[in-house]
Amino acid sequence: MIEFVDVYKYYNTRAVLKGVSMRIERGETFVIIGQSGTGKTVSLRHIAGLVDPDGGDVIIDGVKMNGAKRRVKTALREKMGVLFQSGALINWMTVGDNIALPLVEHRLHPPDEIEKIVAEKLHMLQLTDARDKMPADISGGMRKRAGLARSLVRNPEIILYDEPSSGLDPVMTSVIDQLIRRMQREYNITSVVVTHDMGSAYAIADRIAMLYQGEIIQCGTPDEIRNTENPIVRQFITGSLAGPIPVV
Amino acid sequence: MSIKFIHSFFGLFGYVGQRIVDTIELTGYTLVLLLQAGFYTKNVFSKRREILKQMYIAAVKTFFVVSVVALFTGMIVALQTGIEMKAFKQEALIGNVIIATMTREMGPFMTAIILTASVGSAMAAEIGTMTVSEEVDALQMMSISPVKFLVMPRVVAMAIMVPIMTVYTNALGTLGGGVVANYQLQVSWEVYYSHVLESLHFKAVYTGLLKSFIFGLIISGVSCAQGLRATNGALGVGKATREAVVISFLMVLIIGYFITAVFYGKE
Repeated sequence: MIEFVDVYKYYNTRAVLKGVSMRIERGETFVIIGQSGTGKTVSLRHIAGLVDPDGGDVIIDGVKMNGAKRRVKTALREKMGVLFQSGALINWMTVGDNIALPLVEHRLHPPDEIEKIVAEKLHMLQLTDARDKMPADISGGMRKRAGLARSLVRNPEIILYDEPSSGLDPVMTSVIDQLIRRMQREYNITSVVVTHDMGSAYAIADRIAMLYQGEIIQCGTPDEIRNTENPIVRQFITGSLAGPIPVV
Repeated sequence: MSIKFIHSFFGLFGYVGQRIVDTIELTGYTLVLLLQAGFYTKNVFSKRREILKQMYIAAVKTFFVVSVVALFTGMIVALQTGIEMKAFKQEALIGNVIIATMTREMGPFMTAIILTASVGSAMAAEIGTMTVSEEVDALQMMSISPVKFLVMPRVVAMAIMVPIMTVYTNALGTLGGGVVANYQLQVSWEVYYSHVLESLHFKAVYTGLLKSFIFGLIISGVSCAQGLRATNGALGVGKATREAVVISFLMVLIIGYFITAVFYGKE
């Protein structure tokens, strides 16, 4: 379970998160939507322990992530996988070596077993032919899928997705959406997804939260969001130019 | 007018104060990074491929420029000093001057400057790009220490390669000095090398190598620290690279002076 308790985050003097509280249950797929710069990715980085809040707490399975000792953070991170926006592959390693990296570094399996796990993940994400290619030689979408394969390789309990469908074609977006659903169904994985793509959000979410100017203005099921009366949420999900969200 | 003056005075005061605080913070960060890299040297064997790759980058890829600079440094020192010495009919002693200058100062200094410009800047840019493109965050999420994975191999490689390249620079600089001594100052090779060997003191060699070892730590530590602290995309990577070069240059000069002062200041 992931819990935000009155979380504040400032960059210089600008408040990015202003008292965010939310609770994500085990096995839930929780989608965070909102405009650019409203603190969606910052929220993910709080869960990952990559940034600490200036106020409030981020609690993962009953353990406070913020201010935790390195050993505690490492233990919490071992339960997590993250798909970064660009894939974040190490650029001097092949796709296969990138996927194997966490297993090799921590010597979690013998080399032949690592090879088998990598092959399985490559197959799962339709990347078998890219095993020996360098990140610079594959498309943005393939890099993203390789990043996802790497985050899955340690069988995490929680997966954080930062814009999983950005830069992907509609077919590949559906592949990723189905994968997220399958992770939940088969392995009871908790997923926190940051996205702008409302089609994806409706397809995968158990609940959707909308962040606006550092605050959660609505949180509910996809149907509740779809039928919202909140004018800000309504404008955002319909992509309308008319409404309270200023177009800058 | 006076209020404006007071305002700008305090603005300047604040700026200088902030710069001092930033410098202290950066120094602390770099020293901690080097200590952490020292701690992770226990993993040297498992990281041997990466260390060898970094050694290759430091040596082979800078080989040509180091060779040219070393040769011409020896030639310039020999020519400038030799002309003055010739006026006193002391040009035969040029070998003593060249070997002392190269082993004590010019060898370690020139090598460090070249490696800062070529290898240090590349290190800062590479790690800076990894930082802004979230690759360093990804390492942390995989519970892989960026210090163990990125910094330690670079620090070890530079700590080994700067002294090795310094020995090469010294040798080539001495050869360059010999060419000038022979062809422009009319000092025979035998006389030149007998004087070189006469002044090739063990102390000069080990202080020079100690200097270059410390320069290797400085260049890699500063460059990695700047890379890991890069923010704001490509602009931030450019800034990190520039700062890595400037700070490394300054530190090489300042620390170089103090090492010389410690070993030769009381002679």
